Amino acid sequence: MAKEQQDQGTSVRRHDDKEDTVGQPRHGGDTVSESRLSDYWQANLKFLGALLVVWFAVSFGAGIIFADTLDQYTFLGFPLGFWFAQQGAIYVFVVLIFVYVIGMSRIDRAYGVEDDDEDSNTTGEQTS
Amino acid sequence: MSVQALTYLFVGITFAIYIAIALWARAKSTTDFYIAGGGVHPVVNGMATAADWMSAASFISMAGIIAFMGRDGAVYLLGWTGGYVLLALLLAPYLRKFGQFTVPDFIGERYYSKAARVVAVVCLIFISFTYIAGQMRGVGIVFSRFLEVEIATGVMIGMGIVFIYAALGGMKGITYTQAAQYCVLIFAYMVPAIFISILVSGSPIPQLGFGGTLADGSGRAVLETLDGVLLDLGFGAYTAGAKSTIDVFAITAALMIGTAGLPHVIVRFFTVPKVSDARRSAGWALVFIAILYTTAPAVAVFARLNFVESVNEKPYEDTPAWFRNWEDIGLVAWQDKNDDGRLQYRAGIPFAGAPDFIDKRGESGQRIIANAATDTDNEVYVDRDIIVLANPEIAALPGWVVALVAAGGLAAALSTAAGLLLVISAAVSHDLLKKTFSPTLSERQELLYARIAIAVALGLAGLFGIYPPAFVAQVVAFAFGLAAASLFPAILLGVFSKRMNKEGAIAGMVTGLTFTFSYIVYFKFISPGSNTAAHWLFGISPEGIGFIGALLNFTVAGLVARATAPPPKAVQDLVDDIRLPSGVGVAHKR
Repeated sequence: MAKEQQDQGTSVRRHDDKEDTVGQPRHGGDTVSESRLSDYWQANLKFLGALLVVWFAVSFGAGIIFADTLDQYTFLGFPLGFWFAQQGAIYVFVVLIFVYVIGMSRIDRAYGVEDDDEDSNTTGEQTS
Repeated sequence: MSVQALTYLFVGITFAIYIAIALWARAKSTTDFYIAGGGVHPVVNGMATAADWMSAASFISMAGIIAFMGRDGAVYLLGWTGGYVLLALLLAPYLRKFGQFTVPDFIGERYYSKAARVVAVVCLIFISFTYIAGQMRGVGIVFSRFLEVEIATGVMIGMGIVFIYAALGGMKGITYTQAAQYCVLIFAYMVPAIFISILVSGSPIPQLGFGGTLADGSGRAVLETLDGVLLDLGFGAYTAGAKSTIDVFAITAALMIGTAGLPHVIVRFFTVPKVSDARRSAGWALVFIAILYTTAPAVAVFARLNFVESVNEKPYEDTPAWFRNWEDIGLVAWQDKNDDGRLQYRAGIPFAGAPDFIDKRGESGQRIIANAATDTDNEVYVDRDIIVLANPEIAALPGWVVALVAAGGLAAALSTAAGLLLVISAAVSHDLLKKTFSPTLSERQELLYARIAIAVALGLAGLFGIYPPAFVAQVVAFAFGLAAASLFPAILLGVFSKRMNKEGAIAGMVTGLTFTFSYIVYFKFISPGSNTAAHWLFGISPEGIGFIGALLNFTVAGLVARATAPPPKAVQDLVDDIRLPSGVGVAHKR
């Protein structure tokens, strides 16, 4: 029980810290303003959309729909469509997630809604 | 040391490690038990997720299935990795921010409805049990082949080990054991793969080797050689697919969406400290998964080539030892149709169904089977599951590699089984007992019920392993189809549509579920004879129908939500809160 309060305490403090340093307009001292939230969400959706287009293009596009056409070309000894279906798309998937991780933390910071690093690490250690 | 002694040694050492970790990471609270205290490092969680995800099917069966499907095997490679992009981008960060214990937790709270929670619990239990049956079969196969004990004994040893670390450690114990199991299984997968790649193509990197040339100095490309060999035997070319484009599209989509909707994978993202960790963790998970998934298609190519060369046209007496070992287990069989004493491996099934051995040996010493022969020239029956397990033997690798593969197969099966048991137990003790029927339960009682639920679920899973129901292989499509058609759309809409209400979500889940369920049951059980492209809806097989189920779910949910009242203000605020990474707390207690 004591531990529980400690955890919650940490998370509340984290919140206040950020508000002081970033100093954004917030409602009730706890939430980001409506329009800021909606801008953040739009930026998020746009970024997601772009990444999902790539996701679709390498897997369903290059690996399945256009695979026969791409097979005319060779890449690393593979017919290209075959390579995308059994290798290439998977590598792109990995890259996409890390691009997402980096891009999103930029967007988070730009809108001042990031989860602060140091405090959370402390939280992690306390609970593990 | 003999291969068997080495296998006992390796399996014994790995089991000892798993139990030691469990003792170290005992769960003390429900937070520990359900979500490992919420403090797992994202890389460790990525490793645990990879082991959780890569089951006996990925480790033991997948390369074998691809070896026999050729190009079409890409549906599994794309489907089971591409789902992580959806998971990372669309679900994981938001579910972490929501920060409770289970998937039904999210559905129940977001849709302010016990009915929705119960629908989610039913889906979850069905999906997870379907899945776990396959794990226990994998444990049984490995034990019976490599340790030469009865399948029943093997399954019980496996159950004992899982029980110790799952019931004791809960999610916390499972997480750290899974990370260890990942290391064991990936090492066990890569070592023989690299050896075989060097043997066949001369390249130590399997991912490149199967695009290269043969190591025999002939300068012929590996893939072209395989295509040629297979065409000569009456098969289709390896690099050409047999399935229609629409079916490949639908199966891939169903597996991707299903992967992102699997409860035992989703719940892993509840265990990291913050939202950005959930994103990062999904990336690491996919890195760890991709190592195996990009190797598997290479192993498939090498194994198929090796298999044909070491079996076809050989007199039975000259077949390698592994052929007779696996024949003893009943996973390969030979029916000498033309009485020439040689194995003819050709396209087509050798006889109907699984081999039915009678207790007699033929002239060459082979086990006689009672099945009626088909009129194809093919005399060789081979269960696809043996490809990975037999690969080290087929390639004549040293005994310790064979032993390593046995330990790896067990790690893959046990880690997934444990993850599944945990979500089943959490759904019973947390969602059904605590949140639906008996809200007054204390934390200590809930923890006790969770442990009892694990024991009961494990017992059932063990029964599936000892007496595998004939339909197990038939219903794998169920797990993914149902996850795709029910849970994924409900969670996605819960985050991305503020307007989505309980009426819409429940109607969507029920429609997607009923449609997918009926379609699969019709073609797999009621009318298996008509399970051909001509009868399928849009030419989509039961394996891919979850994709249509998901689309139906989205459509129905959208229409119904439009016609009914919007969700209450508190729920809309919850959605706003989920969308923001900041202000994440450790998961709610109790």
